[in-house]
Amino acid sequence: MTDGSLDSGALARQTPVEAPAINTAGNLSSPSARSLLGIEKLERPEIEHLLRRAAHYKRLQIDRRDHLREFLSGKTIVNLFFEASTRTRTSFEIAAKRLGAHTVSIEAQGSSLSKGESLVDTLNTLAAMQPDAIVMRHAASGAPHFLSRFLPTPIINAGDGRHEHPTQALLDAMTILERKESLEGLRVAIIGDIMHSRVARSNVHLLSKFGVDIVLCGPATMLSSSLKEMVPGITLTNDMNEAVADADVVMMLRVQLERQKAPIFPKNEYFQFFGLSIDHLQLAKPDVLVMHPGPINRGRELSSEVADSKSSVILNQVQNGLSARMAVLERACGTEWPPRT
Amino acid sequence: MARLLIRNGRVIDPASKLDERLDILIDEGYIERVEANIEAAHAEVFDAEGLIVAPGFIDLRARLREPGLEHAETIESGAKAAAAGGFTIVCALPQTQPVNDSATVTSFLVDRAARQSYATVLPIGAITQGTEGEQLAEIGSMKAAGAVAVSDGDNTVMSAALMRRAMRYAASFDLTVIDHCEDVTLAADGSVHDGLLSTRLGLTGIPGSAEETIVGRDIILSGETGARFHAAHLSTAAAVAMIRRAKAEGKPVTAEVAAHQFVLTADDVPGYDSNYKVQPPLREPADARALIEGLLDGTIDAVVSDHSPHTGNVKMQEFESCPFGITGLETAVALAIEGLLHGAEFPVMRLVELFTTGPAAVLRRVDMGRIEKGAVANLTLLDLERKWKFTPEGTHSISRNSPFYGKTFRGGAAATVYCGRVVWRATEA
Repeated sequence: MTDGSLDSGALARQTPVEAPAINTAGNLSSPSARSLLGIEKLERPEIEHLLRRAAHYKRLQIDRRDHLREFLSGKTIVNLFFEASTRTRTSFEIAAKRLGAHTVSIEAQGSSLSKGESLVDTLNTLAAMQPDAIVMRHAASGAPHFLSRFLPTPIINAGDGRHEHPTQALLDAMTILERKESLEGLRVAIIGDIMHSRVARSNVHLLSKFGVDIVLCGPATMLSSSLKEMVPGITLTNDMNEAVADADVVMMLRVQLERQKAPIFPKNEYFQFFGLSIDHLQLAKPDVLVMHPGPINRGRELSSEVADSKSSVILNQVQNGLSARMAVLERACGTEWPPRT
Repeated sequence: MARLLIRNGRVIDPASKLDERLDILIDEGYIERVEANIEAAHAEVFDAEGLIVAPGFIDLRARLREPGLEHAETIESGAKAAAAGGFTIVCALPQTQPVNDSATVTSFLVDRAARQSYATVLPIGAITQGTEGEQLAEIGSMKAAGAVAVSDGDNTVMSAALMRRAMRYAASFDLTVIDHCEDVTLAADGSVHDGLLSTRLGLTGIPGSAEETIVGRDIILSGETGARFHAAHLSTAAAVAMIRRAKAEGKPVTAEVAAHQFVLTADDVPGYDSNYKVQPPLREPADARALIEGLLDGTIDAVVSDHSPHTGNVKMQEFESCPFGITGLETAVALAIEGLLHGAEFPVMRLVELFTTGPAAVLRRVDMGRIEKGAVANLTLLDLERKWKFTPEGTHSISRNSPFYGKTFRGGAAATVYCGRVVWRATEA
């Protein structure tokens, strides 16, 4: 449609594919609706489906591991990690393999990215080989969201910059729910570099949807007042004692030195004010859970005593990561979602 | 050149405070008569019934990318887009390759501008060599070659000492110093407004203080040196307040705002769509309201397009890596009509001022932006109710980076008369 009588130069514009509304219940027929880009846009019933399936897979891994292989048999999953990751990549890879899928893992350094190929072209090339899903980690916030507008393949966000890390929030919720009856009404303290943490953002979105009382605590330079406007149920504090008081769960965040282009806190005094020690746990509920997305920096975010205490569920988180990721992979490329079981 | 008679329009000329139903007769590219019921033989007649006939609109801030980045825009394509947006005069920022920091490049621009006949393109020279903020550019010889102002484009002159020197020097050549006010240490790595949006998207925010600290500094330096300081594309309420106070104190300070800045806010940014990544960033609704207040009360002198064409491949990147800016020449006037006239209690006369006498005064060019006998026949005809849709296929810019594709506007330019010739007119039903 031309408005006006000047000639216009014709230059093709790459038009984004229409982003489908994410359907919560039932049929995820369109591939991009099977993407998992973040927790923010997921409705609570969809999260509940994922958590139920994750619990189911956990049981199957113990009881009937051979049966697992049928779930994603013949599917191909590409793990595309533009940012170094051992834990998350391994977890996704094992999850996919146990479900019978073929996996290809690509680290950015060995990829065509080093040849200057743009992100869109790299992904288009991979998508042309028709994998069933792409698991992606990228240092830029929103990179998977941007790509999902142009690609027909479901994308699973394995961490985008400082934005979201949805599978971490799912495995964290799963870990809490194995020990608490429900999330509703729990008091969860999240402590550390909130601003730079994709783990914090995804957890905040998930926990808020389930009516959790969330306390965010960290140095003032890592705690923006706008966090309170993000979702309901958030309190902010710079005082550790206040944060852990009566907490049912204490989630410690890794200090993301690599994400701070310039240091935003004096790091030598960090532990003194924001490290979790055994004394803090006295202020929390007796059955408090201590969580950490790993890898932990002993003596920076938490003391060794805390890391090894009975309250610590850090290794359970790692274990649950497999099941949570199986559920997400099944949603992305399984034949049926949610499954009739 | 034929004679052109513009009939039955509502002629609005801020310079003479004229607002009447009159005819305008144009001969050989100049305005010959402005009267009621002109009868003229051998004149082409343009019926402007229902339209506003204003002096040709002036845009103080556009990037036309030539020389060096012709794949994004050229002087000709930019001038076409200007005409289609209702502008007859466009000031081109120096951010080209090479940068317009010498008489050689200025002369090239003047020459290229003269080879097309859609709009007047006026070069703005750089303040510093390469807009790198280290050494003064050849300001005097650029002025002699045709530069109408100096600015480092989208770079702030971060050294206060250098800015002070630049102001003293530019003032001696009677040139306005235009500064993009953004402290690079406060804005470092930022992509969007610092607030809920940056927190939610996990992006580094650009706080309002980045703009305000430099606006404050430049007001002080302008007061000290006596140089005319023009604050480019303001975005925050506090910066508007500082300009207001400086003007009240009689300092030679002027300011402008980009049309999208008072129409859109951070709340309108739909996630990681780089067509919403602009510099300064889209801010809070309260800031947008303060900008409109400033436009109304005379604190802000001009509305600009802030035209910033980018080719698809540079906008097709991770949000943080994408360059700032959107095309604006074709939408600025329509956005101003929508955001000011339809969206607020705003006099039409003031709106016309903001595109004519306002920007002309910033450049101290009283010959531009007025309708009077003997003046160059540059006219912008407005239809305040025209419904039209902006589309990528319909744009005249080479680039396609606008958040407004698909938007149906109410009001906009209806025709553009440049040097006595109708260079563009709306054609759709």
